[in-house]
Amino acid sequence: MTRSLFARNPSVLIFLSCLALFTLGVTALSEAMGTGMVSTSFVKTLGKTLCLCLIALAMDLVWGYTGILSLGHFAFFGLGGYMIGMWLMYERTRDIIVSSMANNEIPPTQQEVIDAIGNQIFGVVGSSDFPLIWAFSHSLTLQLILVVAVPGLLALIFGWLAFRSRVTGVYLSILTQAMTLALALYLFQNDSGLRGNNGLSGLQNVPGLDDVPQATVSLWFLWASALALGLGYLFAAWVVSGKFGSVLRGIRDDEARVRFLGYSVEGYKLFIFTVTAIIAGIAGALYYPQAGIINPAEIAPIASIYLAVWVAIGGRGRLYGAVIGAAFVSLVSTWFTGGQVPSVPLGFYTVDWVDWWQVVLGLSFVLVTLFAPKGIGGLFDYFTGRTPPDRHGQDLGPGAGSLQEQEADT
Amino acid sequence: MRALLAAIAAVFLFSPPAQSQEAAPAASELGAIQTILQEHGDIIAKGSRKTIAPAIEAIAASGLTQAQTVLQTWQSKDMWRRKSDGLFFSGEEIAKKTYRLTDFDTGEAIGELDKGDLKQLKPNSGVRALIGVALVQFQLSDPDATRRLEALTAIQRDPEISHLAPLRASIPGESNPTIKARKEQLETLLTISFDTDEAARIAAITRISGDISLDTRATLNTLLDTTRKVTAGAIPDGENVARSLIPGSDTLSVDDAYSLLATKGLAPPRIPDNEIRTALAANIDGGSVGGVPVASLTSTEARERAYASLVDNGLAAPQPTQSEITAALTVHSFFDAYLEPSSAVTDAAETALSAIETRVALNQTLDLALDGISLASIFFLAAIGLAITFGVMGVINMAHGEFIMMGAYTGYVVQQLVPNYTVSILIALPLAFAVTFAAGVAMERLVIRHLYNRPLETLLATFGISIALQQIAKNIFGTQARPLTAPAWLDGAWVLNDVVSISYIRIAIFVLALIFLSVFLFIMKRTRLGLETRAVTQNPRMAASMGINPDKVNMLTFGLGSGIAGIAGVAIGLFAKVTSELGSDYIVQSFMTVVVGGVGNIWGTLAGAAMIGFLQKGIEWMNPSNTLAAQTYMIIFIIIFIQFRPRGIIALKGRAAGD
Repeated sequence: MTRSLFARNPSVLIFLSCLALFTLGVTALSEAMGTGMVSTSFVKTLGKTLCLCLIALAMDLVWGYTGILSLGHFAFFGLGGYMIGMWLMYERTRDIIVSSMANNEIPPTQQEVIDAIGNQIFGVVGSSDFPLIWAFSHSLTLQLILVVAVPGLLALIFGWLAFRSRVTGVYLSILTQAMTLALALYLFQNDSGLRGNNGLSGLQNVPGLDDVPQATVSLWFLWASALALGLGYLFAAWVVSGKFGSVLRGIRDDEARVRFLGYSVEGYKLFIFTVTAIIAGIAGALYYPQAGIINPAEIAPIASIYLAVWVAIGGRGRLYGAVIGAAFVSLVSTWFTGGQVPSVPLGFYTVDWVDWWQVVLGLSFVLVTLFAPKGIGGLFDYFTGRTPPDRHGQDLGPGAGSLQEQEADT
Repeated sequence: MRALLAAIAAVFLFSPPAQSQEAAPAASELGAIQTILQEHGDIIAKGSRKTIAPAIEAIAASGLTQAQTVLQTWQSKDMWRRKSDGLFFSGEEIAKKTYRLTDFDTGEAIGELDKGDLKQLKPNSGVRALIGVALVQFQLSDPDATRRLEALTAIQRDPEISHLAPLRASIPGESNPTIKARKEQLETLLTISFDTDEAARIAAITRISGDISLDTRATLNTLLDTTRKVTAGAIPDGENVARSLIPGSDTLSVDDAYSLLATKGLAPPRIPDNEIRTALAANIDGGSVGGVPVASLTSTEARERAYASLVDNGLAAPQPTQSEITAALTVHSFFDAYLEPSSAVTDAAETALSAIETRVALNQTLDLALDGISLASIFFLAAIGLAITFGVMGVINMAHGEFIMMGAYTGYVVQQLVPNYTVSILIALPLAFAVTFAAGVAMERLVIRHLYNRPLETLLATFGISIALQQIAKNIFGTQARPLTAPAWLDGAWVLNDVVSISYIRIAIFVLALIFLSVFLFIMKRTRLGLETRAVTQNPRMAASMGINPDKVNMLTFGLGSGIAGIAGVAIGLFAKVTSELGSDYIVQSFMTVVVGGVGNIWGTLAGAAMIGFLQKGIEWMNPSNTLAAQTYMIIFIIIFIQFRPRGIIALKGRAAGD
């Protein structure tokens, strides 16, 4: 085992170079560089897509490799977004307040400034006091720590409770979904301290960067997202490559057997659950400044299920599969729901893709699950010549190990 | 008298003599009520609030059947006086400036006269109110029972001291026992509020002390209204003190106490921060205020310093210091005083109210329990289909919620075709079952059959179907909510008293849940299908070797579970809005119900539904403003509950538990 990570996983290098080429290409064609072949809004879409790829990577680690179908990772994504959003909104409002108060005859006191900010931010929910959770919102450093700490802690506590009592399989999925629902419902309240269903808005205006055009800012975010995705990919590849990765796959294939071999299954699961939650939080913190607004609807349970959809379509159990799935499905979704696809007149009825795209997505998801469990990533096996052995029966999927249906029955 | 003279004079001046003789009949020819009116003709015509009372009294006390008509006509400004002879009639405009007169006594039309020959009686609002009071007694003893009830309701809505006497007078003559009871109750409430005799009021209060109706509580609460007062020195003796307050306690903060003093003019007001700022801004002198540079006024302390120097120079009102405030507060006493002067009455009211509160609390608990049962039956209804597909077969069907939605839309479509609500519901229930049964069977055959060993993939595939179905429903029916109207006999509520009530629709859902429970038990325990289902779920290969076709049984069982979801959809659609998201609102709660109750056991589902329903209502009761928070806390509770009973309330034991 002296070979390096890259030698063992050539796909990592290929992926990283693809990512680098993509980023350079978009940069060269962007408005900020003067060519303007890629509009600023599309740069933002691409930057957001990279963040979605990052959370898909996290989902692949926790589902594709460890077999925990978490339907709660978008909650962590949203929490990361909320944490950075609090700082963005506070600082931005403070800048506005300070500049508007500069004309006052009597200079404002510290308390007056804070009161005015509170009034401005919480006016929509009929309040003007800063709730306790905004205590650190004045400091970028502290909020950046919270981006990692809040999703991480929530995942740690929830995971500890769930794994300790050996909740597995679909029960765990439903439980994570319940957690997401609880969080979303909580945030929907006006007195949750995060502006209820108004959410946090105006996040695209980064404080202190008023002079920098949005074209440039969006490019910076694209770079940051690409960097985060690259690092996340490296980290994920490192985690799943060694002995640790083998244990994870072992847990996925037969949890009881791994436990009997003396591994602390709960510890491994808790680690991977928490780490992926942190990755999700970071992805969210990069995503929402590009999206500009975050509200509780973003973390509704359905978003987390879509995440599973991306990973499944891309091909779970392989890192590039998750990235491809997230990028492909979310970009195609944007394309279809953006109304840019021409309608199909059938004579008696016109198929408007804005309305019917969801149906296509849902059904294609069923088809992928039924007929192509390996997803898009499975196509790469044909190029590399890694065709599966000619075995009878159907793949039983990760739950039943590598056995095929006929073999499992005997 | 002058008016009458003028009228007579006018008659003699402008009318031919023959006609005047005809029009002025002798007193003996006048009707009874007209006689009374003529007796008081002057004061009626004068229409002054101070002098009118004898006239109204005479009419009201005449005992004549027409008295009420006269008063009503008078009150609505429809009474006219003929200038020629001074007689009073009811007038009705039939054409412009022409009025048809009707005699009060006979009720016959007298003739049509020009407006110039008539004088309208326009009682002012004071007189009209007096007439109204007089009318109350007529309404209260009106032969028509509905009129009497209307009068009672009117009094109840806007009780006045003047209503008390006629109300009391009408009680002995009341024949209808229900109305009599209502009259007595109202009389008690009016006595409490208005009677001048203190003993009578206290007696009335004691009489109603067990009554939990809203009116009683409102009456008692009004009696106990307080105002916050402050006086220098000790509390004066004449006050009916509810409680004395100490500044700085929970009920009265120091700030509030001092502002109260300031508003009463008992102490100089505190200068608020923004006025200080205005005063400072007004006195900027060459870049500094009171010797403090403007740029350094960014702290409260610097501002106070600057303001103090302004005060020293007489440029601003002094700010009371902390010690002044304390001193002012100590020499004054603060207290809440009852508006009602008599302390005996307020004490009695306090006692009565606290007794009522206890009973109200008991009744509220009962009401909460009813709400809990009703919510539990809704959850049970939504979850029972899932109890079959997930609980018995172990198939995660995320599209279960969409089956509920399909059932609700089936009900909606049937209502569009069949206008009679009762008939349409009766058609919709089996039809919804048929539609969702077919959909369930199709889904089982096409998708789930291939995924029996892969539960996580089943979850995802059925989720794909779920979003497709949801979007299809959205495309067909649009995004707005569609109504599914309940038949008229399900409208309204079963009202036990002012606190406890439950709508008939919720009772119907409870009954439906009970029916479902028995149907489920019957199928599972008493039919061939149930036996085969249990066999197949326990050991498919063994069952197959006994000659059971597992494919067929799975198909039918899944269809059954889906069909029940469809019927539940019709029921849920009756009280919730039918939208394409109807199902997804219930899906997580349904899974929770099944998981909390214990998979594979219908009693567990029942227990789970009961627990979640009662819990949610309980949390809502603690924090009534916020149902979202209640749901949040409930889910958190369930997550913790699963820690202690991972297999649910009723867990399967032994081999049946599977792994």
